[in-house]
Amino acid sequence: MYKQLNKFLNILKEMIIIKPIESKEDYQEYVDYKTPNSPILKNCINAFWVGGLICTIGQIIFEICVSRGLDETNSYAVVSMLLVFTSAFLTALNVFNKIGKFAGAGSLIPITGFANSIVSPAMEYKSEGYVMGVGAKMFTVAGPVLVYGISTSIIVGFVYLIFNLG
Amino acid sequence: MNIDWMMLLKAFCVGGIICVIGQILIDKTKLTPARILVAYVTLGAILGGLGIYKYLIDFAGCGATVPLTGFGNLLSKGVISEVSTNGVIGAFTGGIKAAAGGISAAIFFGYIASLISKPKIKKQ
Repeated sequence: MYKQLNKFLNILKEMIIIKPIESKEDYQEYVDYKTPNSPILKNCINAFWVGGLICTIGQIIFEICVSRGLDETNSYAVVSMLLVFTSAFLTALNVFNKIGKFAGAGSLIPITGFANSIVSPAMEYKSEGYVMGVGAKMFTVAGPVLVYGISTSIIVGFVYLIFNLG
Repeated sequence: MNIDWMMLLKAFCVGGIICVIGQILIDKTKLTPARILVAYVTLGAILGGLGIYKYLIDFAGCGATVPLTGFGNLLSKGVISEVSTNGVIGAFTGGIKAAAGGISAAIFFGYIASLISKPKIKKQ
């Protein structure tokens, strides 16, 4: 779809900008439209709608929980748990990798990416055993995330204490 | 049950934008995904500590809590509420207590999922 559209646009451009190349600027213009567009725009669009969709699914789960009478804190916890569950098993079935390749940050930044970052190294190092393979490698990415998240939150706690005592 | 469509739209947009920022960081700065996740959690914890992040949650619901910044915010929020009741100990107990659901689920389901998966040889 993108490719066809791009081809069509290029033909259009070529019809409009058919002029002989005389100066450096002309050449630069020619190069600019001949070189393929960097895929960043496409990546961003994919990241946007996949990431948005995951958050929307979360919001739907949240509203169902609230309508069943759970309080907000627990509902947010249920959302995290269900998304983590889904993404862990999609990773194990090798489905999540494909989504990840397509969506980039769209599937990485939501909590699904956190679960994926736990399961995929664990799968990869399974042959090294269940303790030092699966058990240890689970935290290759999740470990740093927890270390920095928890450390920051403890500092936040101390800062809060100091400001409230003073 | 009536669904709040406006809230779904807001969750979609805010969640999407947060992901796009990550995507731009990946494409433009060569940061590895692990560093980006760490940056997001840290940023979320700081914004949560400053009390800014809760406005985003009020606005977008899961659009703000599902991305990892929401996880960082949860840690900070837990610490602050625990500190105000328990003092210094709360700084160490509050964070994980608040985020326990997500962390435990990720570890447990992650472990089970990697047990049932078949290790595959990496194809290039």
